[in-house]
Amino acid sequence: MLTFISKRILEAIPTLLVLITVSFFLMHSAPGSPFSGERTLPPEVLANINAKYHLDEPVINQFFYYLGGLLQGDLGPSFRYKDFTINELIAQSFPVSAEIGIWSFLVALTIGVGCGVIAALRQNSWIDYSVMGFANLGIVLPNFVLAPLCILVFSIYNQLLPPGGWNGGAWPYLVMPVIAMSTSYIAQIARITRGSMIETMHSNFIRTARAKGLPKHRIIFQHALRPAMLPVISYLGPAFVGIITGSVIVDVYFGTGGIGQHFINGALNRDYSMVMGVTILVGTLTILFNAIVDVLYALIDPKIRY
Amino acid sequence: MTPLTHTTSANTLLDVGNLRVRFKTPDGLVTAVNNLNFTLAQGETLGIVGESGSGKSQTAFALMGLLAKNGLIEGEARFEGSNILSLNDKAMNRIRSKDIAMIFQDPMTSLNPYMKVGQQLMEVLTLHKGMSKANAFDASVKMLDAVKMPEARKRMAMYPHEFSGGMRQRVMIAMALLCQPKLLIADEPTTALDVTVQAQILTLLNELKQDFNTAIVMITHDLGVVAGLCDKVLVMYAGQTMEYGTAEDVFYRPTHPYTQGLLKAIPRLDSEGSTLATIPGNPPNLLNLPTGCPFEARCEFARARCLTETPILNTFVSGQKSACHKSTEGWAV
Repeated sequence: MLTFISKRILEAIPTLLVLITVSFFLMHSAPGSPFSGERTLPPEVLANINAKYHLDEPVINQFFYYLGGLLQGDLGPSFRYKDFTINELIAQSFPVSAEIGIWSFLVALTIGVGCGVIAALRQNSWIDYSVMGFANLGIVLPNFVLAPLCILVFSIYNQLLPPGGWNGGAWPYLVMPVIAMSTSYIAQIARITRGSMIETMHSNFIRTARAKGLPKHRIIFQHALRPAMLPVISYLGPAFVGIITGSVIVDVYFGTGGIGQHFINGALNRDYSMVMGVTILVGTLTILFNAIVDVLYALIDPKIRY
Repeated sequence: MTPLTHTTSANTLLDVGNLRVRFKTPDGLVTAVNNLNFTLAQGETLGIVGESGSGKSQTAFALMGLLAKNGLIEGEARFEGSNILSLNDKAMNRIRSKDIAMIFQDPMTSLNPYMKVGQQLMEVLTLHKGMSKANAFDASVKMLDAVKMPEARKRMAMYPHEFSGGMRQRVMIAMALLCQPKLLIADEPTTALDVTVQAQILTLLNELKQDFNTAIVMITHDLGVVAGLCDKVLVMYAGQTMEYGTAEDVFYRPTHPYTQGLLKAIPRLDSEGSTLATIPGNPPNLLNLPTGCPFEARCEFARARCLTETPILNTFVSGQKSACHKSTEGWAV
């Protein structure tokens, strides 16, 4: 197991390098630059700024400057937010998104798996249909609709929750972002759990468990749940990364100041180092959580050994 | 159909009367088992023989209460006097594995691949006998020894994929016998195994039957299995009883053309070179059974009456039963 984990870490280095290279050159090949806004700068000022950020040099040189900084853990200065480094901006916004994300993840996992299991055990009954109906609704209802709806219901019609802000992550500020963030994941997890649970409950070893006279709850929790969770876990790896790296919708509607806003703004502003920073963050997390999923698989399925 | 007279005696363990299993399907009701009657005494072995789709496995599932959700049961099955078909799931759970245990056709998939074998054995004992884990462990090891599992203690910590097919079936048999059930239902226990392993498993079942005095319902399409193991034989076709009698009568004095056909179709080592005898045709569609004898279309003796009138199960002086106009009327061949 330890050799497997260290192998995965070593494999991650070239993968990340490819990711960095491709996104760096892709980004620089896009037209425009951080300073080519609607308000054109005087040529002398522009030349000074370009010189300061090495933008007057060939792209390949810029790439190696960037790599050099990266090796020292420096994601570079922001091209947009003057006086801020990308490290500072990420350190500021990522914990916010991660907190919303972890809560959303826990909510989505509990409700999603619960609903999926209940629907599977009552397959083709009205319970199944209503749970899955809500799940479908959760998938088709985009969060840019859900977020303002939440604000309308909880903040404007009923003054229950603050309509936005963060306030250090106090729970009233968390509720609506978590609802907006977790709904579609609840729906996905419920659907996957239901399908996989139905399949497991029809397998021969469940019939054996029934023939043993085991009560239903023991059949479900001791015999069926583990194998039924395998497809859910492979979905959860990438989903977890998506959920903790936040969403621009949540950040915009609720003004939480998470990292989601930087994805969009970084790209729109041609804030090269910001785009690179979030790409590297998401890439690293994706590789990390895929490795975690592999480890979890080995823990659940005895046929998988590393 | 006239009801059968049952020879219910004091040591009757299982008494199945007019068992009917039907399935609701989008195409209509499918009758899988139709008016099945048999009795089983303590320690006795009954073989239920028939080709695929004859309803033998559904009979077993009906007795265990393991039918698919769209299955409908009629009739009764008195186990030690009480009708187990009318029990709810909770009451049935107290009987399953404790008094009536079952082994399945496919040992490769019948064990939980995500649980250690020991855990799967022990949970039967902790559930039904209220044993502590330590006691259940020892009893499970003892049972694995009894089914001739080498290095039983070590095997307890292993997962099913680390066992061969034959070894897995031994685990299944051990699991079924843990509570020393009075009745063991074996649904084609050797079908998925290769021939040498089949022989080992059958020898094992024969020994265990004597050691534990367990009654067995052996479901199979292999007449060789029946010959080696069973006291009584019930031949099923299209969900119905064709012939029912002692193994000796059915093998040496078969009265039903279907049984005769089956016996002729056994490949023999000493008749090398000659063509294997077969019964031409296919079993009828269970969704739409013919009005007369279900075997009529494939029977070489069929007459006009067979097409219109379903033969009743007639009892001969010897106690052997047969559902055939020919055998009851004594048609000349």
